[in-house]
Amino acid sequence: MAANNIKHALFCAVITLVISYPILGLNLVADGAVVYLEGATTFTVVSVFLAAVVVFLFQLFRDDIMARLGFISRLNPLSGRDPMPQQKRAKLESWVLTGIIVLALFWPFFVSRGSVDLATLVLIYIMLALGLNVVVGLAGLLDLGYVAFYAVGAYTFALLSQYAGFSFWMALPIGACLAALFGLVLGFPVLRLRGDYLAIVTLGFGEIIRILLNNWTNLTGGPNGIGGIPEPTLFGMEFGRRIKEEGNTSFHETLGIAYASEHKVIFLYLIALVLAVITGLIIRRFMRMPVGRAWEALREDEIAARSLGLSRTAVKLSAFTIGAFFAGFAGTVFASKQGFISPESFVFLESAIVLAIVVLGGMGSQIGVILAAIAVTILPELAREFSDYRMLVFGAAMVLMMVWRPQGLLPMRRIHIELGKQG
Amino acid sequence: MLEVKNLSMRFGGLLAVDQVSVDVKEREIVSIIGPNGAGKTTVFNCLSGFYKPSGGQILFEGKEIQGKPDYKISRMGMVRTFQHVRLFGNMTVVENLLVAQHRHVNTNLIAGLLKTPDYRRREKQSLERARYWLDRVGLLEVANREAGNLAYGQQRRLEIARCMVTEPKLLMLDEPAAGLNPAETKELDYLIVSLKEDYNVSVLLIEHDMSLVMGISDRINVISQGRPLASGTPEEVRQNDDVIKAYLGEA
Ligand SMILES: Nc1ncnc2c1ncn2[C@@H]1O[C@H](COP(=O)(O)OP(=O)(O)OP(=O)(O)O)[C@@H](O)[C@H]1O
Ligand SMILES: [Mg+2]
Repeated sequence: MAANNIKHALFCAVITLVISYPILGLNLVADGAVVYLEGATTFTVVSVFLAAVVVFLFQLFRDDIMARLGFISRLNPLSGRDPMPQQKRAKLESWVLTGIIVLALFWPFFVSRGSVDLATLVLIYIMLALGLNVVVGLAGLLDLGYVAFYAVGAYTFALLSQYAGFSFWMALPIGACLAALFGLVLGFPVLRLRGDYLAIVTLGFGEIIRILLNNWTNLTGGPNGIGGIPEPTLFGMEFGRRIKEEGNTSFHETLGIAYASEHKVIFLYLIALVLAVITGLIIRRFMRMPVGRAWEALREDEIAARSLGLSRTAVKLSAFTIGAFFAGFAGTVFASKQGFISPESFVFLESAIVLAIVVLGGMGSQIGVILAAIAVTILPELAREFSDYRMLVFGAAMVLMMVWRPQGLLPMRRIHIELGKQG
Repeated sequence: MLEVKNLSMRFGGLLAVDQVSVDVKEREIVSIIGPNGAGKTTVFNCLSGFYKPSGGQILFEGKEIQGKPDYKISRMGMVRTFQHVRLFGNMTVVENLLVAQHRHVNTNLIAGLLKTPDYRRREKQSLERARYWLDRVGLLEVANREAGNLAYGQQRRLEIARCMVTEPKLLMLDEPAAGLNPAETKELDYLIVSLKEDYNVSVLLIEHDMSLVMGISDRINVISQGRPLASGTPEEVRQNDDVIKAYLGEA
């Protein structure tokens, strides 16, 4: 046992050395046209070595440490409590959600412009996470390329506005439907893969879309991206100081108030809020519809589900397509908010963040997803000086989460359909 | 209605099912018996489309179904239960029955979102059908409990109810009496007969409980080590020398 542990720990330490030294220690230095390799500074060498020692010690005493970590879960005051009765819980959940929404409606009028802007981003992530939640949490399909559909939505709007002068409201359904179509076409061949294989293929697909956008310079402008994407209008009223589009009026002139740059930001925020609420409501409804039951059935026992006549492909594809639809939705809002998009915005990290929100939030639960989206987007902003370590903190948070609360912050407890006493 | 001709299934070097033929007519209860490992479940897996048979022909209502995907076979009206109960354990009892009725409900997403009259009507009908069958198998009291928390005998009955709400023509039961006490087995006996008498369902039954099998079967097929050993009425099978030898040798 102990000898085994030492061997394992040594192995891990060596791996740490082998991986970290070249990555952290060796630098490529460009000197004119010549590139040469520079060795590590003493400080780096010492740090890498220390890191290896830490890994060694951790692996050596891993069982002890993990057992200690188990205590943390007992610190959670909610852990030992009995679950509330279903009716009561459902009611509480609706109240909390309604409260959050009402608060969110009035909140932007009292805070700074920057906060509202950040909140809009949070709402976009909420939409994305709610959509991915359908795929990962409800249907149990690990999709690592979710950002691709987000990109499809964003680029659809950008291109339609650039080449055909479409407005936000016209592009919104088109972007979402096109993303859904992508989901459908791509899902068809890959959904017969299971678990890890599906994850890898979707990961690859996400990258392909990004690389395509990067290289199809004629259409997408390549790395330069597309700018000048119009903002949403309110019944033909624009929020800029000057009117850009023929036939539109300006918001502040129509209402006879002074121009303020906040109007635009708040309006965008409210649109994102409304769309996020719509997304949430639709998905909540799906969960109680036959399609929602089919997702759950297939996730719980695929063989039994098939023996009852559920087609695995059709059920999984529906989840994949619906998830993609809402990613397209969010993508359109994102393009409109930024006014400029480039492939940079759709890297794998985005998929990872959205997935982290879903996992942290507790797969399948909506309030959990909302809280996690807020946490994941806002914490890095609050701790900007640590931005270099963002991924590290992220990884650490995920590991702790898996130890502490693998079911997520607020695990899903689906509302069951009840059979009443008399029909 | 079901004709199985010379069905074979090979796993690598093992010929688990070898030239087995089974015949089920309308409103008939046909049993497959045989010692452990005889290949009975494998026959079911071939019939229900989980395995692609390596040889032979399966005709259901005159149509060839060998090699068809499982969900299509199930939709044609051939539904099975499992030797080890397979319920959706985290869903409630009534939800288990709703999942099975996906062909009777309105699966149109837009209709569901808008709660169109047709969607509501069908949703209500499927709840009523679920209520009916829960009552029929005596599970109405536990309708809103999680299926995974039911007693074993209840789970068995729920699995049968879940098949019945799909309105099958042929019900395939894999050892439905396994793990049941004598009283429950008696109830199961009545239930199976009633399925045939009152709901015009044919039944293909795998079972080790000889008194149950002999009591309700119209015909019995015996297989041993994948090969057909005998077939006929319960009386014929009971007196067949090969069968006696196989069962005595086994015991
Ligand atoms: N998927 C498989 N791969 C390989 N061998 C299999 C497979 N399924 C079944 N077998 C083998 O086929 C033979 C028949 O198994 P089967 O489960 O059909 O028996 P059975 O008659 O249902 O027995 P029991 O009464 O114990 O349920 C066994 O030897 C089993 O090991
Ligand atoms: Mg068996």
